[in-house]
Amino acid sequence: MDLLTNILAATVVAGTPLLLVALGELICERSGVLNLGQEGMMLMGAVAGFIATLSTGSLAAGVVVAMLTGLAMSMLFAVMAVTLSANQYAAGLALTIFGTGLSAFVGAGFVGQSIEGFEKIAIPLLSDLPVLGRALFTQDLLVYFSWLVFAGVALFLRFSRGGLVLRAVGESPGAANANGLRVLTVRYLAVAFGGAMAGLAGAYLSLAYTPMWTENMTSGRGWIALALVVFASWRPGRLLLGAYLFGAASILHLVLQGLGWRSPTELLAMLPYVVTILMLILLSFDPVRTRLNTPLSLGQPYRPGH
Amino acid sequence: MLQLERRPEASTTLRWLSPLLALALTVATGFLLFLGMGKDPIQALTFFFITPISDLTGLAELGLKTAPLLLCAAGLTVCFRARIWNIGAEGHFLIGAVAASAVAVSVGEAGGFLVLPAVLLAGIAGGMAWAAIAAFLKTHLNCNEILTTIMLNYIALNLLLYAVHGPLKDPCGFGFPQSVMFADAALLPALINGTRLHIGLAFGLLAAVAVWVLFARSFIGYQLNVVGEDHRAAAFAGFSARRLTWFALLVGGATAGLAGAAEVTGPIGQLVPQVSPGYGYTAIIVVFLGRMHALGIIAASALLALTFIGGEMLQIAMNMPKAVTAMFQGMLLFYLLTCDAFIHYRIRFRRPLPAGLSQPAAPAGQEL
Amino acid sequence: MAVSAQRLKLQGIVKDYPGCRANDGVDLTVGAGEIHALLGENGAGKSTLMKIIYGVVQPDAGRIVWNGHPVTVENPARARQLGIGMVFQHFSLFETLTVAENIALGLPADEVRDRGALEQRIREVSEHYGMALDPRRFVSTLSMGERQRVEIVRCLVQESTLLILDEPTSVLTPQEVATLFKTLRKLARDGCSILFISHKLEEVRSLCDQATVLRQGRVSGHCQPKDLSASDIARLMVGDDTPISTQVSAAQPGDTLLQVQELSWQTDDPFGTSLKNIGFSLRAGEIVGIAGVAGNGQEELLKVLSGEITLKGEAIRFTGEAIDRLPPGARRARGLAVVPEERLGRGAVPVMSLADNALLTAAGQGLVRRGVIRRQRVREFARDVIARFGVRCSGEQSSASSLSGGNLQKYILGREACQSPRLLVASHPTWGVDVGSAVSIHQALVKLRDEGAAILLISEDLDELYQLCHRMGAICNGRLSPLAPASELSINQLGQWMAGNFKAEEFADAAA
Repeated sequence: MDLLTNILAATVVAGTPLLLVALGELICERSGVLNLGQEGMMLMGAVAGFIATLSTGSLAAGVVVAMLTGLAMSMLFAVMAVTLSANQYAAGLALTIFGTGLSAFVGAGFVGQSIEGFEKIAIPLLSDLPVLGRALFTQDLLVYFSWLVFAGVALFLRFSRGGLVLRAVGESPGAANANGLRVLTVRYLAVAFGGAMAGLAGAYLSLAYTPMWTENMTSGRGWIALALVVFASWRPGRLLLGAYLFGAASILHLVLQGLGWRSPTELLAMLPYVVTILMLILLSFDPVRTRLNTPLSLGQPYRPGH
Repeated sequence: MLQLERRPEASTTLRWLSPLLALALTVATGFLLFLGMGKDPIQALTFFFITPISDLTGLAELGLKTAPLLLCAAGLTVCFRARIWNIGAEGHFLIGAVAASAVAVSVGEAGGFLVLPAVLLAGIAGGMAWAAIAAFLKTHLNCNEILTTIMLNYIALNLLLYAVHGPLKDPCGFGFPQSVMFADAALLPALINGTRLHIGLAFGLLAAVAVWVLFARSFIGYQLNVVGEDHRAAAFAGFSARRLTWFALLVGGATAGLAGAAEVTGPIGQLVPQVSPGYGYTAIIVVFLGRMHALGIIAASALLALTFIGGEMLQIAMNMPKAVTAMFQGMLLFYLLTCDAFIHYRIRFRRPLPAGLSQPAAPAGQEL
Repeated sequence: MAVSAQRLKLQGIVKDYPGCRANDGVDLTVGAGEIHALLGENGAGKSTLMKIIYGVVQPDAGRIVWNGHPVTVENPARARQLGIGMVFQHFSLFETLTVAENIALGLPADEVRDRGALEQRIREVSEHYGMALDPRRFVSTLSMGERQRVEIVRCLVQESTLLILDEPTSVLTPQEVATLFKTLRKLARDGCSILFISHKLEEVRSLCDQATVLRQGRVSGHCQPKDLSASDIARLMVGDDTPISTQVSAAQPGDTLLQVQELSWQTDDPFGTSLKNIGFSLRAGEIVGIAGVAGNGQEELLKVLSGEITLKGEAIRFTGEAIDRLPPGARRARGLAVVPEERLGRGAVPVMSLADNALLTAAGQGLVRRGVIRRQRVREFARDVIARFGVRCSGEQSSASSLSGGNLQKYILGREACQSPRLLVASHPTWGVDVGSAVSIHQALVKLRDEGAAILLISEDLDELYQLCHRMGAICNGRLSPLAPASELSINQLGQWMAGNFKAEEFADAAA
């Protein structure tokens, strides 16, 4: 039983950064903007959060700084992709390349330093449940926060007028403008939310998951999150499931090694990426569902009055 | 009130001026950044941009780094023209290097003029095979090529690590994760004697010329352009997107695979984990900066090659992090895309009309 | 709200676009409860003017007076606030949302808290004006006519006092047009002003009280359409020197060229239409027309015929050979040419030159040898098309996007015609085209027919179909009606067919 609990707990921890960044990207894509810069924003969030915590000693400061950094990065993207109608693919790639470089540059002096990361907090009563109690309810604050964000996003999309506006803009910015909705404002807000969440996801890595900074420490999680959003067909519920499935895949090699399976670590380390491709293949068997749920204007720049 | 306004015709001048503007902005930002770090900006920029190319050895080193970038970028140009967002040059490069090394290691000390072609062909085949996975996934399973090629890059990197830790590891290498040094028959000949510059640069220039011919003269180049500009027109005309996707990705895989092979058989002479400092990713910037044009990518390859050397120079001379290279590259791409917006748009100052008030009409423009 | 006699008054509206003046000192006055027509051929500046009224674009000069007060309409939201509602030709609806959600998006947030009340209001308004609507249905499941109702009801729920309708009848069957007009008259009686934008003169004459006619961005006349004949109004629209229509001689059909039997195709696009059991035949030297409301399978039929969609069976026989499996290039080589509906972005690549666009379909005319483009020949071919079809442009190096709709269409049709096709499938060839170009396009089609080609004309414009076609039918929801000689087919019957009222046993194509 202990082993199962440990695996579940590790799954949740590994899935949390994916969940956070993917929730942000989900909102962003629902507005019709595809931001391939997740990886860059996460890295910047991770390094900024780490430096902030290291210099102030406050984890809260780290989290706030990380989110603001992610947001600032996303605004660079928004200026190019939303205001200047640049190609969203190229702008997103630029953001990732830029963020990767800048984070390595900024963080160069901080490699190898360590901080006290987030601690696990047991929720009274719930944490006493068998198996699940310790797996789900003895986690750090950011894990609990990710659930709050998840619930917020799900409710927002389902019930709020804002969610309706977001979906409308994502389906047809032209029609939205004709209906008097402020397309560019909506898209800016969606991109900003995506940026803040990516920053937070980065902070989770450098403040909770492995409380330290190393270059490229996201190792492709930003990209995996992009695949996750497609896999979830832009629905929060499926996203939650997908994020934890991925969390499981990414700790699988640790589990296998724990079970005494002798296999080269380099080959096992490929697993998350192989699983991502398998997931994309799986999606191809249900193209109608993917097309039905894809925000129709995804990736298309919009300028009112043209 | 500042307004963005679409130009009636895209500005050709700005299309070519934009990379230069972006470079100027990057240098200016670098200046401020060095100033902010308390370093002498003039000295730093000199170390970065000038010192590396002030003698023959330096220029040879520049050519050495230009070669893989140019090869990768030539292949990517074919993909990007068709709007096939192949981010996988890095993976193709790594697999090409591994495949070439596998052949070179297994040939051992055997000589003969066929060894080198076999090694290079293995690299090309490796790159193509890796690209073929993405092509298959895209054409038959409709998987987004951006995500698959990125994932394949990570997988390729792990394969490389596996190779140098396992099957290709030098048994007498004191445990270092690297292969044996290749025999002379498997090494590329030098282009300029006394420098490390090898014939790989010629491959790169040939690839650029091939790209020029492809798009200036051939019908398949035209078809790639049409698919990229307008996939619905391509479907209407009956150009097979599937066939063109395979073509573009295989070309991309072949050139990047060759680049990988040339890297291990050229300056390095063995397979090491750090065989690529990110050539495949930097090549993406090269393609955008070079306007997807043969001449442009040659110039852009040289410039970005310089950022690699300049970064090393700053690290040695001024004790700055090596990541300054990646940051300069990222900034360059960023400014480029921003400047590119003004190819299609211009800024106009426009006073808002007060409610209901009329303004004298400007003289009538040309009527259609 | 105090109702002044003049609801909307435009004075001296000017709008410049780079390279052209779309509106040049336009005056327009719409009274309360008046149905006012805004007439003009394509490119006359109608849509620019209505975008200015609705706040989508801003005028460069001029004033807008609303109920006696000068106003600035900064954006559509402001227009709605003032009471200006707009029904777009290409609807501004969200397909993945329900009717009620669509309407809620156009209303202030506090008015739509209570979804139940909103649904009730939608039902009331729509029934009052004879436009039954279910607020809970998804827009993607609605027909074009129903979608138009949603747009109108949306304006009414917002209590618009001026309703702008842009070419509203182009997506309706003749019967639906009659219902719409009844609704509009009732609205006008209730005090709502209506600005009716159209180029269909008979409709305007039967519906509108007043008309303003635009030509090349200027007002060329005001009139009471009921007092003038259609041809008088047409002269106001196009001036004296443009031919208004073309005389079409009788067809001399020859041998059967195309035989389509039991053609079915299942779409995997959730918003597409499947083709069901389509059968018809087409003979050399005749023009066969297919009428229908947009989105009923025309696009899919075109793709199946062109080879963009290939099939497995033997449903399509061209000169006796089953061509179901052949890709577009092979079909083109056999003499099957296609002019698609979208000129920019299917028929031509916008950013490419006319010469490069010639290569799109004419590569087989000796323009490419062993995979190498013969630039000189490409230029000659393009110049030939430009000269023979009177394409107005600055040369074969002009980009496709720099041409007006009519000129680009002439070029695309010319590109196909110059390859001497045996069968030409043309979809909406005169959609959005000026009258002069439309006439020359019609003449080109008739000339091709007289040279012995078979022509399949897919169009929403019933006038065009009646004018050109020898036989015609209608497509509805992926099914094709029987074909009948145009001279014997009443517009009422055709309207029934467009609405899908034809029996399965009538399918046996009564080929003449």
